[in-house]
Amino acid sequence: MGIRPILSALRRHKAGTLLIALQIGLTLAIVCNALFIIGGRIAKIERPSGLDERDLLFVSTSHAGLKADTPAGRAALAAGIQGDLTALRHLPDVQDAYETNALSLSNINWTLGLKLSPDARGGAPGAFFFADDHTLATLGLKLVAGRDFKASEIGRHSLLGTLEPPVVIITKHMADSLFPKGDALGKQVYFVGGATKPSTIIGIVQRMQTGNSQSERDSFTWNSILIPMHMLEPARYYVVRAKPGRLDAALHSVPAALYAQDPLRVIPDGTGADAGVRSFAQIRAQAYRGDIAMAQLMGVISVILLAVTAAGIVGLSSFWVGQRRKQIGVRRALGATRGDILSYFLTENLLISMGGVLLGVALVIGLNLWMVTRFEMAHLPVPYVLVGAVVLLLLGQGAVLAPALRASRVPPVEATRSV
Amino acid sequence: MFGYYLELALRSLRRNKVLTALMVLAIALGIGASMTTLTVLHVLSGDPVPGRSSTLYYPQVDPRDMSGYLPGKSQPMYQMSWIDGMNLLRAKRADRQALMTGGLVAVQPHNTMLDPFYEAARFTTAGFFPMFGVPFEYGHAWSAADDEAHARVVVISAALNDKLFGGKDSTGKTLRLSGASFRVVGVLGDWHPNPQFYDLLRKSFGENEGVYVPLSTSQDVGMNHDGSTDCWGNGGSGKNPSHTAPCAWLQFWVQLDTPSRAAAYKTFLVHYSEQQKALGRFQRPPNVRLRDVMQWLDYNRVVPDNVRLQTWLALGFLLVCLVNTVGLMLAKFMRRAPELGVRRALGASKRALFAQLLVESGLVGLAGGTGGLLLALLGLWLVRRQPAEYASLAHLDPAMLLVTFLLALGASLLAGLLPAWRACQIAPALQLKSN
Repeated sequence: MGIRPILSALRRHKAGTLLIALQIGLTLAIVCNALFIIGGRIAKIERPSGLDERDLLFVSTSHAGLKADTPAGRAALAAGIQGDLTALRHLPDVQDAYETNALSLSNINWTLGLKLSPDARGGAPGAFFFADDHTLATLGLKLVAGRDFKASEIGRHSLLGTLEPPVVIITKHMADSLFPKGDALGKQVYFVGGATKPSTIIGIVQRMQTGNSQSERDSFTWNSILIPMHMLEPARYYVVRAKPGRLDAALHSVPAALYAQDPLRVIPDGTGADAGVRSFAQIRAQAYRGDIAMAQLMGVISVILLAVTAAGIVGLSSFWVGQRRKQIGVRRALGATRGDILSYFLTENLLISMGGVLLGVALVIGLNLWMVTRFEMAHLPVPYVLVGAVVLLLLGQGAVLAPALRASRVPPVEATRSV
Repeated sequence: MFGYYLELALRSLRRNKVLTALMVLAIALGIGASMTTLTVLHVLSGDPVPGRSSTLYYPQVDPRDMSGYLPGKSQPMYQMSWIDGMNLLRAKRADRQALMTGGLVAVQPHNTMLDPFYEAARFTTAGFFPMFGVPFEYGHAWSAADDEAHARVVVISAALNDKLFGGKDSTGKTLRLSGASFRVVGVLGDWHPNPQFYDLLRKSFGENEGVYVPLSTSQDVGMNHDGSTDCWGNGGSGKNPSHTAPCAWLQFWVQLDTPSRAAAYKTFLVHYSEQQKALGRFQRPPNVRLRDVMQWLDYNRVVPDNVRLQTWLALGFLLVCLVNTVGLMLAKFMRRAPELGVRRALGASKRALFAQLLVESGLVGLAGGTGGLLLALLGLWLVRRQPAEYASLAHLDPAMLLVTFLLALGASLLAGLLPAWRACQIAPALQLKSN
């Protein structure tokens, strides 16, 4: 059966044909871009942080009365931290723990940078984390070169002076951005912010995400620096690794042990982003909540859009079938089979859909180019367009099936009715 | 005539319930999605200080050295250093001015039922309150003399007053902040500027600070600075930036009542930069900006890209829904060709038929608008449950309510135009002949 009669019939229904094609084109354009956004967000959420995230706890504690600006205050804080750490590491639920200022993905991000000489302009930006000789073990970081901190190397910092630790451990991404030749181990670097004494890179870990989960820039996401110092601050954090399978027990025993050390401290209650005790699973979920919500929204919009388009095709096709009952009757009377009628409507829809898809592909490319400049998005890969096109062609065929079947059931006797 | 058309329209809509429902649903979905995102966009791009925003300016100067300087391209320093801020504040060249920065203070309540806690604070000068039109529930702001005297006075927000003093008039009471005693002189009224234009680095949307302390006093007491510190050259690091270090960590706002005053102030900033360059403090050629509130918000791209993206997608969605409605309406009107033919033959003009069909599509639009409104309320409820900073602000206001219905009605009338016109072109004779 030729396409020619279908085309000449369509020429008599220009408005309807154009509307369906336009709708399919617009739907394709929006759905493709929505799928692309969903794909991008999922890829972002699935990036490994570099940490062994299971069994990790992040605890916030503060004690508003204490201050680090006198020697006595600093001594009290240092003793408090040591006491907390000893208590935590001896808990039956706890495997290891350390004190710090921030954690990967936690949305708490302290950034500074490293440079190759005290006078260098630029350098590499990086998020820094106070750490000690338990940090690599607690976080489960993979050391790819060099060694861990030694207990004797752990200093103290009250956030008042310049940061110039004698040794640091950095991530491979940071090492490569400072020393592109890959010979960072053992080299000396200087902290941005006025450091005059060098810090030697004694270890390189494979991967450790910064506290920033939303940056588009790799250097803000993967440049992390571990500083061998306890942070002498009344407001601080503990990262705790629970023994396997004892995370739930540790959620209760860790804050209890900390309160036993200092009843006047505050570990905020609650379950949200401000909660004092958070498992890493919670931190990850909170870090990417916006992305998950966006992906869900895009998914819902796509599904509704496809449904609306399908409904539109059903509506217009049904109208056409109703309009052409007589012609169908005549064709049936002249010997056309039910299959002929069915394939007529399916082919007709396929032609319109293909026109719409062509229009849609042009729109997709245009829309994407615009979004690339407007929202700094990446270019849309071809597979998304192909998948979108196939989905819409199938949708069109599916939507027209019911009206086409109804058309195929028009009896030949219809030809004899009226006119 | 309108009543008759209405009756015809209702009758026709009732005849094909599925098709009608489809059209109403399509418009409702399109309107619901667009109104949800448009409302969020409207709220986020709103004016935080209506009536004042065009007279409030954020001056910027560039005290950095030449490294990284691109003539004509480099933006001046985002914030002010202590020295520049103090110089400009003391110059008093604007109608009002205030120098400020964010902080975090430990609040130690007398009420032993409450544990000590940290509260966001603003360290500022007396000009802050009259300049931004801050309302007071009790008491008043501190004076410029208090700034000079490094007075231990504090203004607190209504929320903090509720928490500490049970919402009663607390002026004259003593409050311990970061280990020092302060006298409460004022309690703020209902003041929630959103976006938080005066310090966008702290956060763009949400609750403002609970504690307001004179800038001079905050430095005496050694209260913790909380915000961004940008140093250049051999600037120091550390939690509380030093006053002499080449670091910018303060925000400076001025009020300039007329455009000519604003132009004069900009000239003053250039002169100031030249003078500082002559003194050897500045090295770059004068590089100043003077943006008013809305320009400042725009420059900072306060409205998240996500929100803009969602708005465009929702409008695209509405477009598809409209095309869909045009198609369905076309099918519906063409199906009624015989009836329309009869009306034409009996003497109805094309215009009358056109009007009748438009009434019908308008009715679909109203129904769709109502549905869309409900969907928008649902959508906004979902937005409020999101973790974003601006989430709690997403509410429909009367203006947006009106826009919803106008949009729905306009959209459906627009969707009805083509089908109605096509239906009116029918030759009555042909229709009377068949059936």
